[in-house]
Amino acid sequence: MAQLSVNEELLKKPKPKTKNAFLRFAKQWDIQMMVLPALLLIIVFSYIPMYGILMAFQDYSIFKGFMASEWVGLKHFDMFFSSPEFFKVMRNTVIISLLKFFIGFPAPILLALMLNEVKNLMFKRLVQTVSYLPHFMSWVIVAGLIMSMLSTDNGSINIVLEKMNFIDEPINFLSLPELFWSILVSTGVWKEIGFGSIVYLAAIASIDPSMYEAASMDGASKFKQIFLITLPSIMPVVLIFMILAIGNLLNAGFEDILLLAVNPVLRDVSDVIDTYVYRVGIQSSRYSYATAVGLFKAVISVGLLTMANFLARRAGSSLW
Amino acid sequence: MIRLSFGDRVMTVTIYILLTLLAFMTFYPFWNALVISFNSGIDTSMGGVTFWPRDWTLENYGIVFKDERLVTAFLVSISRTVVGTIASIFITALFAYGLSKKELMGRKFYMILCIITMYFSGGLIPSFLLIRELHLMNTFWVFIIPTLVSVWNMIIFRTFFQGLPAGLEESAKIDGSGNWGIFFRIVVPLSGPVIATLSLFTAVFHWNDWFGPSIYITNEKLLPIQTMLKQILNSNIVSDQMSQLDSAAQGQLAKMRTVTSKSLSMATMMVATIPIIMVYPFVQKYFVKGVLVGSLKE
Repeated sequence: MAQLSVNEELLKKPKPKTKNAFLRFAKQWDIQMMVLPALLLIIVFSYIPMYGILMAFQDYSIFKGFMASEWVGLKHFDMFFSSPEFFKVMRNTVIISLLKFFIGFPAPILLALMLNEVKNLMFKRLVQTVSYLPHFMSWVIVAGLIMSMLSTDNGSINIVLEKMNFIDEPINFLSLPELFWSILVSTGVWKEIGFGSIVYLAAIASIDPSMYEAASMDGASKFKQIFLITLPSIMPVVLIFMILAIGNLLNAGFEDILLLAVNPVLRDVSDVIDTYVYRVGIQSSRYSYATAVGLFKAVISVGLLTMANFLARRAGSSLW
Repeated sequence: MIRLSFGDRVMTVTIYILLTLLAFMTFYPFWNALVISFNSGIDTSMGGVTFWPRDWTLENYGIVFKDERLVTAFLVSISRTVVGTIASIFITALFAYGLSKKELMGRKFYMILCIITMYFSGGLIPSFLLIRELHLMNTFWVFIIPTLVSVWNMIIFRTFFQGLPAGLEESAKIDGSGNWGIFFRIVVPLSGPVIATLSLFTAVFHWNDWFGPSIYITNEKLLPIQTMLKQILNSNIVSDQMSQLDSAAQGQLAKMRTVTSKSLSMATMMVATIPIIMVYPFVQKYFVKGVLVGSLKE
């Protein structure tokens, strides 16, 4: 008897629930209306382009459209892997990314550690205010300032070098391939170091001051305190940001490179996957090929992020 | 007070010196650009203009403000920033408020839909073709519509809304307010700081965006100031390298003798920077908080 009634309940349950769900949905129509516009926008502007990635496996033609274009399998991937640009683009992407990671990632941490040692509040605030400034400027402005600093026409760097008799003739820095990576990476650090330090400063501020008192009682120097107290305390935050940075590893740059590498002489050292996609896709209208190259990068990026998160989970601080 | 050891004092002094150097290196390029923008172009080209204008002039700015295309570009940037920021903050906040309601059906699914877009996207080409298919190219709306929803901002808003005291909403409900009423009369007025922070970031994005317009806009009357500036700067560096004269800035050069492409582009650059420099002091206290909220785990 008891069993039977349980079974009956199981059989009955689904039906009222659907009706209930519909009613519940109708009842909360007003909240659903609040999320509806945004959901539609996300579907149109994020998910339709994802679907559009399929054109990487087509010979997409604007006249035929997405539906009627011919399917060609992995042709465009083959073309990219065997093109002479492949090696160059991959090398630049990997080297620039790694340089940015190894220099750009620790730089804000270093700045935060230094700012934390400053006891003069006026000075501290001044340095912070100034160092945040470039973050809010567009890459166009930043590139303009860098070009102006480096230019042969009253560029301050050339003026200083000439006054110090290091050079006789102004150097056109942005036309020298051997200097481009250094300029690109330093510009990136210059732009973001201050803003990046905010999070680390906050993490440092939440460290219990009694730890420092105890350490200095024991005779630990400031330098030792940084290594034994500050750095270990902010390690969880550092790790999270490192995972994010690893997920972004293949984003060697886009705006900065487009704007700084204006001189065609630099192409051999400046072309990375993203700028290559822009060049062959938008400028040469090879849509399917460019989409294939972009997809190749996206797949590696998602792989990197998953791997980084796996590692972080083992270390005890995962993103998801 | 514990007396600092010798090593500690050396470190402190080194840190002060390094930070001063950093502040100088960050500030100087802005200052120098400002100085060049106030210096006569011909004089600048003789070299040596660093900390102070040698040959004061307002001529560079005169030309910038007389150039109809630059003034139009400035106005395009301003309208885009105002309309884009208000619309995006409104849609995104509403979205976040809806998603902050536990009873919202499909809430989890909607969230997953959002979070996927943070890690994976269709990329440049499919998005470009979509914008073209939608006939948004060469319209003002291409600045506004595709950027209406920011998932990142939505998450920050949602975290904030979930932290609001539940009692306030309940009492409003008893007074007969619906969700829309609660949103406008209770949630929005309580969210001043977070709205200010996210508005700032959104406005900065809109003001600074040059790449979108450079591929979606061919009509010169719709180009924002940053994209225009990019064209001017590029024409300079080309002329720097092969003394080839063409483009807008160079054309004016022939008319105005004392102005050079460099002095003109520095003046344009200052004009494109002024709005941000003007709001910067007012919002500085907010954005530190904004970054911290944004860096919180969901």
